[in-house]
Amino acid sequence: MRLPSGGQIDRTQKLSFRFDGQYYKGHPGDTLASALMANGVRLMGRSFKYHRPRGVLTAGSAEPNALVALRTGGRQEPNTRATTIELFDGLQAFSQNAWPSLRFDALAINDRLSNFLTAGFYYKTFMWPAAFWEKLYEPLIRRAAGLGAITTKPDPDAYDKGFVHCDILIIGAGPAGLMAALTAGRAGARVILADEDSRMGGQLNSERFAIADMTAPDWAAQILAELSTRPNVRLMSRTTVFGAFDHGIYGAVERVSDHLPRPAQGKPRQILWRIYSRRAILATGALERPIAFANNDRPGILNAGALRSYANRWAAAPADTVAVFTNNDDGHRTAADLMAQGITVAALIDTRADAPTLPGVECLAGAQVIDTTGRLGLNSVTVRLANGRTRKLKVGALGVSGGWNPNLALSCHQRGRPRWDDTIAAFVPTADLPPGMSVAGAAEGQFSTHAALSTGAARATQALADLGRIATPPDLPQTEDTPSRITPFWHVTGDKRAWLDFQNDVTVKDVKLAHQEGFRAVEHLKRYTTLGMATDQGKSSNMGGLAVMAELTGQSIAQTGTTIFRPPYTPVALGALAGRSTGQDFRPRRLTPSHTWATEQGAVFVEVGLWMRAQYFPRAGEKTWRETVDREVLATRASVGVCDVTTLGKIDVQGRDAAEFLNRIYCNGFAKLAVGRVRYGLMLREDGIAFDDGTAARLAEDHVVVTTTTANAVAVYRHMEFARQCLWPDMDVQLISTTEAWAQYAIAGPNSRKLLQKLVDPGFDISNDAFPFMACTEITVCNGCPARLFRISFSGELAYELAVPTRYGDALMRRIMAAGAEFDLTPYGTEALGVMRIEKGHAAGNELNGQTTALNLGMGRMVSTKKDSIGAVLSRREGLNTPDALRLVGFRPKNPKARIPAGAHLLAKGAQMLAANDQGYVTSACYSPCLQTHIAIGFLKDGAARMGESLRAVSPLTGEDIEVEIVSAHFIDPEGERLRA
Amino acid sequence: MIINHPLLGPCDAQEFIYKGDARLIDRPDGMSDGAEAAFYDYAYLRDNPAGEHRELWFHEQGDRSWLVVTRNTLTHEITSVELARDVARSRGRSA
Repeated sequence: MRLPSGGQIDRTQKLSFRFDGQYYKGHPGDTLASALMANGVRLMGRSFKYHRPRGVLTAGSAEPNALVALRTGGRQEPNTRATTIELFDGLQAFSQNAWPSLRFDALAINDRLSNFLTAGFYYKTFMWPAAFWEKLYEPLIRRAAGLGAITTKPDPDAYDKGFVHCDILIIGAGPAGLMAALTAGRAGARVILADEDSRMGGQLNSERFAIADMTAPDWAAQILAELSTRPNVRLMSRTTVFGAFDHGIYGAVERVSDHLPRPAQGKPRQILWRIYSRRAILATGALERPIAFANNDRPGILNAGALRSYANRWAAAPADTVAVFTNNDDGHRTAADLMAQGITVAALIDTRADAPTLPGVECLAGAQVIDTTGRLGLNSVTVRLANGRTRKLKVGALGVSGGWNPNLALSCHQRGRPRWDDTIAAFVPTADLPPGMSVAGAAEGQFSTHAALSTGAARATQALADLGRIATPPDLPQTEDTPSRITPFWHVTGDKRAWLDFQNDVTVKDVKLAHQEGFRAVEHLKRYTTLGMATDQGKSSNMGGLAVMAELTGQSIAQTGTTIFRPPYTPVALGALAGRSTGQDFRPRRLTPSHTWATEQGAVFVEVGLWMRAQYFPRAGEKTWRETVDREVLATRASVGVCDVTTLGKIDVQGRDAAEFLNRIYCNGFAKLAVGRVRYGLMLREDGIAFDDGTAARLAEDHVVVTTTTANAVAVYRHMEFARQCLWPDMDVQLISTTEAWAQYAIAGPNSRKLLQKLVDPGFDISNDAFPFMACTEITVCNGCPARLFRISFSGELAYELAVPTRYGDALMRRIMAAGAEFDLTPYGTEALGVMRIEKGHAAGNELNGQTTALNLGMGRMVSTKKDSIGAVLSRREGLNTPDALRLVGFRPKNPKARIPAGAHLLAKGAQMLAANDQGYVTSACYSPCLQTHIAIGFLKDGAARMGESLRAVSPLTGEDIEVEIVSAHFIDPEGERLRA
Repeated sequence: MIINHPLLGPCDAQEFIYKGDARLIDRPDGMSDGAEAAFYDYAYLRDNPAGEHRELWFHEQGDRSWLVVTRNTLTHEITSVELARDVARSRGRSA
C-alpha cells in the first residue's frame, strides 16, 4: 500500500510498469520493490531449493529474495534485485524459479521433501552410479534448484572502461561519507565520493530525526549541493565500489543507463572504473540481520530497518497493520517511525526482559515469535510471551531486527579478518586493512549518527594529514547520539524450520546437521550447507549461521570466527568486465599495407597472430580452395609469384657488438657473418628447446636486420631485450622493433630476377654473380624509393624479399603486379606458402612447437660448441640426444590420393593404438600439386635412419589410418639448385 | 598493482610482462667446467618464498625496460624497483 504522505517520490508523475505481465503504476523515486509494495504485492519470488514463496527482505543491495529477470530480448538480465532497480516507465520484470506461475509453483513439492534435501544432500544422495551424475542428477538439480536463466541473445548495449585518479576515495555517501567528503573537499584534496544508490545520503534518506535544524534527507541534500559545486570533488552515484585491490586501486561499476528504458544514443549501459587512490575511507554503513524463527520466510516478513526505509523514503508499506520483532533499540525506532507514518503497530515484540517501552504501542518484553501463518503472504504471527502463554497477532507484515552488522566486506579484500565486538554484538574491522584504507561510521561499528559524522570528519582529517594537508574539520551539527543497546539473540528454539539464509534455503536444522556431521569450521560450514553463497554472499545470513554454530560447539562467536569476503561486493555483469573488447573488437586487428590491394583481388584472409593475412586469391571458376592453392603453387614454381610477408617480425640490431650479440642469441655462428650477407638463424630457449627461427641480414658492420616468425615477433623481441639488459648490460647494442616500419614482399620463381630488374633502379646489379643466394643490400626501386633487398627463399625457388618503408607498401605491390604482367605474375597467400615450404621440408610453427630441439629438426650440427649461446649447454643434455630421438622426416602415402591427417601418430603395421607403440607424429600435411600426391612432414624416432620404411599414420580423432612411406623431408630440389640459379 | 618505475614513475602493472625470479640474471658461463650442472640449476631450480621476492618485470607497453621488482608475495607490497641493467652490473655482469 502507498502511504498518504511523505516519501522521496514524485507523486505528480506516474510510471507504468509490468511484473509477470500484470500492469502497475509507480512514481519517479520508486524502486521496483517499493512500487510493488505500494501496489500491494508481497509475493516477489520463489526460493532456491524449496520453491517457498518469498517477498522482499531488505531495501538495498543485500537482498536475497526479491530477485527478478529484468527487461526482455537481448537486454534481459536475470537475478536483478527488485530493491535496487529504479523504476522507469515501461519497465518489465518477471519472477524466477517458478513454474507454471509464481502463485502456483509445481516444484513447491520440494518443500514437502525437505527432509531429503537438507545440507549436503547431493553429496550423499547422488553418489551412485557415478555416470548418472553428469547425465541425470546434475541436469535435474539444475532445473529444479536455481536462479534466473540468461538470455542467449547478444547484448545490444555498450560497456566502457574508465580510469580515474584521486587523493581520497570515499566509499558510501551516508552521514560518515558525506562528512568525510566535506572535510576533504574543503581542504582542496581530489575527492571521489561513490555510492551504489541513485540518491546519495545513505541511511539518512530513510530516517525521520533531525540534523541541525533540518530533516536528515534535507541535511544530506544540502551537503551534496555544496560538494557538487567543488571542482575537486567528483560525485559518483549509482556506482558500486566492488573490490579493494593492490596499491590503492579500487574497482567500481557505474550504472550509467540502468535506470532508463535503454541507454541514450552513444552512451554505455555501464562503466567499469579503475580508481587509483592514495587514501580510501570505507563508509559503507551497516546491514541489518534477521532473527531465525519458525516460518520466518513468508512474504511480508522483512528486516525492520527495511520496513522503516519503505515507510520513510518511499511511503510504502506491505500492510496497514504490522508488528516488530527485535532484540535491540533500533527496532523501537522502526516502530516509532511506522506509527509516525500512520501505520498501526500491533505489538513491539522484544526478546529482552528489560526492554524499554515505547509510547503508543504495546511492548511485549521477553517475548519471542514462535510461528507464522499465510502461505503466499503473512496472515498472523504467534508470540510466546514472557509468562509462557502464547498470543496470536493478525498482522500483514512483521519487521525483524536481530541487530546490525558493520558492512565491512571491502575491509577484508586483502585478507583482513574482522574482530568480534561484544558491545554491539557484531564483527568490526581491525587495523589489518588494505593499505591506505580507513573505516568510518557504522562500517566501523559506530552506530549513532553523531558518531558517523565525527568519525567521518576524523578519518578524512587523518587521510589529509597523511598526504601532507592540514584540514579544519567542519563543525559537527547537532543530531541523534543514542547508544545502541542490544542483547544478542539469534534464533527461536523450536522444531519447525527456521531460516538463516533465505537465498540458499539454509535453516537452523541444516547448521545442526553440519555440526553433527563434523563440518564445524566456518569455512566447512559454508561449503557444506551453502550458507552465504550466491548473489547476496550471505550479507543477511552469515552472522546467524556462525552464531548457531558457536552455540552448538559451546564456543564464543569470537572463537568461532567468520568467513571473510572477496570481490565483488555485489555481482558485476560480465559485459562490464569485457568493456568494448567484444566481437570484432575483442582484440586489435593489424592490416598490412597491401591489405586494400589484396581485398580488391578478392583475397580470403586468415588471422595470424593479430594480423589479417591473405590466405589465397580465388579466381572465377575455381570451385574449391585447393584448386586455387594448386594454381598459385604451380604458377610460382613455373614462372613467378608474389606474397606479402610484411607480418614477419623485424628487429633492427645496431651497435659495435651487434654481430657478437646475435652470436649469443642464435645457436649457430654469427660473429663472422660478412656485410652484405644473410644467414638463417635458430634461437633456442635456455632449456635447449627450439624457440624461433628467422634470418639475420648484415647491412653494415654495426647493423643487422633480424626477422622472426609472425607469431613470435613480440616474444623474441622481449627475449632479446632480456639478454641485452640483464645478461650482457655493457654490450654496445641497441634493439628496436621495425615490424610495422617496413612492407615486405617475397618474389619467388624462376622469373623473379627478371621481374625485379624492371623495378630496381639502374646502378644496382642484381645478377647472380653480383647478388648471389643469401645476399642482402640497400637499394632504391621505382625511381628513388629506398628499399632493402634480400635474396632468401622459403619456397625453394630463386627468390627475393623486397622491403620498402610501410607508406610505399601499397604502391610497390601495384608496381610489382604491373611489372610482372608479362610473366603471368601470380599473387599467392599463406596456403600456397605453406605448401611450398612443406615441399621443401622447411620447419615452421608446427615443427617449432615448443617440444622440439635442433637435433629433432635436423639441425643438431648447427648448434655451435665453439661458443656460448642461449640454450646450447642444455641442448646437449643426454635425455635430448638419445639414439632414438625424433627426427624430421617426410611422408608419402602409399595411395597418392590419400590425405595424411596432420597430428596423426605413427605406428608400425599391426601395432595396437597405444602410447607405448607410438613412433612419432605428423606435424604438417598438404597436397603437393608438383608431385601430384599428398605429402607430409613430421617427427619419427631415429627417423634419419629409416628412409623407405612403411608405417601407419593414425588419427584416432578422425578415424583415419593411412599407410605411409618414410622419405626425406626435402621433396623438391633437395640439392637447392633452383634457389642458387 | 602499481610499479614505481625508476625512470617513468608509477605505472600500472598491466603495462608489464612478468618473467620470474631475478636470479635469471645470474646466467652461468656456458664454456666453463661443470656448465651443465650450473645450467640445470639456473633453468629449473627456483625458490618459492612466502614473503620478499626479487623478480623480473618487462615494461612491454612502456619504455621496454627490464626491471627488478622486490615484491612481498603475501601482501604484494613492493619495496624496491631497480633497472635490471643496473642490478646486472652490480652482480658483475658486463659485456
